[in-house]
Amino acid sequence: MVTRRTLSILVENQPGVLAKVAGLFRRRGYNIHSLAVGITENPEVSRIVTVVEAGPEETEQIIKQLNKLVEVLRVNDVTNHHTVDRELALVKVNATPGTRAEIMEVASIFRANVVDVSEKTMTLEVTGKGEKIDAIIQLLRKHGIREMVRTGQVTLVRGVQTT
Amino acid sequence: MPEVSVMAKSTPTTKMKGAQALIEALRREGVEVVFGHPGGASLPLYDALYDVPEILHVLVRHEQVAAHAAKGYAVASGKVGVCMATSGPGATNLVTGIADAYMDSTAVVAITGQVPTAVIGRDAFQEADVTGITLPITKHNFLIRRAEEIPEVIRKAFYLARTGRPGPVLVDVPRDLQQVEMEFTFPEEISIRGYRPVTEGNVNQIANAARAIASSRKPILYIGGGVIISNASPEVRELAERTRIPVTYTLMAKGAFPDDHPLCLGMLGMHGTAYANYAINTSDLIIAVGARFDDRVTGRLKDFAPEATIIHIDIDPAEIGKNKPAHIPIVGDAKRVLQVLLEMVQPPQDIEPWHKQIEEWRRKYPLRYRQSSDIPKPQFVIDLLSRAWGGRAVVTTDVGQHQMWAAQFFLCREPRTFITSGGLGAMGFGFPAAMGAWFARPNKPVVAILGDGGFQMTIQDLATAVEWKMPLKLFIINNGSLGMVRQWQELFYHRRYSHVWLKNPDFARVAASFGAEGISVRHPEEVEPAIFRAMEIEDRPVVVDCHVDPEENCFPMIPSGQSVKEMILDLD
Ligand SMILES: Cc1ncc(C[n+]2csc(CCOP(=O)(O)OP(=O)(O)O)c2C)c(N)n1
Ligand SMILES: [Mg+2]
Repeated sequence: MVTRRTLSILVENQPGVLAKVAGLFRRRGYNIHSLAVGITENPEVSRIVTVVEAGPEETEQIIKQLNKLVEVLRVNDVTNHHTVDRELALVKVNATPGTRAEIMEVASIFRANVVDVSEKTMTLEVTGKGEKIDAIIQLLRKHGIREMVRTGQVTLVRGVQTT
Repeated sequence: MPEVSVMAKSTPTTKMKGAQALIEALRREGVEVVFGHPGGASLPLYDALYDVPEILHVLVRHEQVAAHAAKGYAVASGKVGVCMATSGPGATNLVTGIADAYMDSTAVVAITGQVPTAVIGRDAFQEADVTGITLPITKHNFLIRRAEEIPEVIRKAFYLARTGRPGPVLVDVPRDLQQVEMEFTFPEEISIRGYRPVTEGNVNQIANAARAIASSRKPILYIGGGVIISNASPEVRELAERTRIPVTYTLMAKGAFPDDHPLCLGMLGMHGTAYANYAINTSDLIIAVGARFDDRVTGRLKDFAPEATIIHIDIDPAEIGKNKPAHIPIVGDAKRVLQVLLEMVQPPQDIEPWHKQIEEWRRKYPLRYRQSSDIPKPQFVIDLLSRAWGGRAVVTTDVGQHQMWAAQFFLCREPRTFITSGGLGAMGFGFPAAMGAWFARPNKPVVAILGDGGFQMTIQDLATAVEWKMPLKLFIINNGSLGMVRQWQELFYHRRYSHVWLKNPDFARVAASFGAEGISVRHPEEVEPAIFRAMEIEDRPVVVDCHVDPEENCFPMIPSGQSVKEMILDLD
């Protein structure tokens, strides 16, 4: 059965590594739902968090193939771990004197920050799980979203355990 | 987190140029021969090579030949093959050979010149993104960023190429870094975090394998190229003889088990023997060693060996379960795993009915051909080649019908004596591979079985073979066509022969013009004298152009994506 699986991948922080990982996904036909990369507590190591759509056998293949890349140090499937998952979105919506208050209210319900205001727009910054971000975008849509940007999911396992 | 890599001992440093450091590193890696072709971005490397006569450099006429020859050398010797090219077009010409080495897990190091660091990414003259292009067809690749790292990168490249599941590794060296003065330090030991191949198999799983073998009734050993790579032929043989389990091999493992051994069923798969295919598909236990259940072996996966329990031994964890789920997975080096298995294994109790059944298949469906007409059959030529050289020569093949006939009819007894392009199936491979093999085994006869189509893809390098006085025996199975494609058009496209007939040159005269010996054969009785003549020639290559029956088909055949039930034994 195909489901979304979250993989946490530690890699050497070197040029070209992200291209290698992405290239592997492309040429073997794996489906990436999201991908985020950044450095870790160790400046020589980066963490890639990717959400893939795959069945159990395919997930196992993906992990094994990732492990074959020399720069890949460790791969963990954290789907069934207790995790903190976050995405971030910046959403620029149309705002008039008449709608500002309503937008502010939506923002406060979702604990979004207003990070920019112009005569005709407001830009909200929202973080949270993917569903939360989907929900606020849904509510803001009626005002007219001028543009938006959204990151891939980042994930850490809860508790003392490290992955 | 694994420990950060440690450089244990290093040699004292000396100053030299980057290019000299690279050649010095090759020398320390024990490189005897490099197949290459120079150009602007590799000028400093060639200048450094000029001072190092211990490393032979073979100037090929096309870089593809360099890469194929490096593989031929690597397979024949068990060492790392090395090829070298300039940037841009030189490097792109290597690509087919690198892809071939990747598919067949061969230890090859490719060194390419690159445009100077300052102009990388600006579409400089003869720039190509070679590390990008070769990303999916190398085990790993490196772009040198500082001259100081050259010796260590070369060391890592050789280490990665030959350990674990071997494969090609490319090192791209910008020209400016070849010229920079640097301190040469050669690390004696290296470790690469993120790269830890598992060689020792899990003992519990090996014990499970031993139990499965003891209780099997219809077991079969299915061996692949990994057996040759890990030098596990003696262990396979001991296992087979002690348990009396019959052995079938993939194209890549031909030679790993003697063709004339009573337990040998020959090659399996699309053009394998009928009895090997019947046996594996009827078996109750498959012991797969260094093989990867490739589609040319299994056909339609869901119908492949439906009743068999599968023991899968492979050094690459990603191969296990990739195509066919394994009941007993064992990750490890084939030789090591088999050694441990041999300590525990007991022969199956009641295997005689199985042998009887196999012997019946063998009797009923032997490999055969009919040499009746006044034109030689391709199998007849290969049969005679086998009688002349079988078990004594290193044989290479190109890709097509003649390759499959060579696998069926040429007798091999030892590993590293059958060299072919398996996974990639790259036409143009056979002749360059023979050149590489000759450097590895100069005292063995080297015979290449070539198609008239494929030979023309790398024929220009007759110049190289003549220059080096290589006594190669190059036999063209000349059916005047792209025979394998013609066969598929005959069987599956209503004989609509679309662009498969070849208007060929007179190969004997082509050979002569290069300074090689050329012989034409048109009648069955001329084949043997031509072989004897070829045996006598020791100081140059000989091209024997064998005009064979153009309509002969290669059988048995399991059509692509089908199962043993659909096997075509013969057309009549
Ligand atoms: C580089 C390359 N191009 C095309 C093919 C497809 N192909 C496979 S076999 C074959 C025919 C080869 O003809 P020839 O070398 O004469 O060998 P024959 O089959 O006639 O023995 C072709 C075109 C290939 N394998 N490699
Ligand atoms: Mg042909």
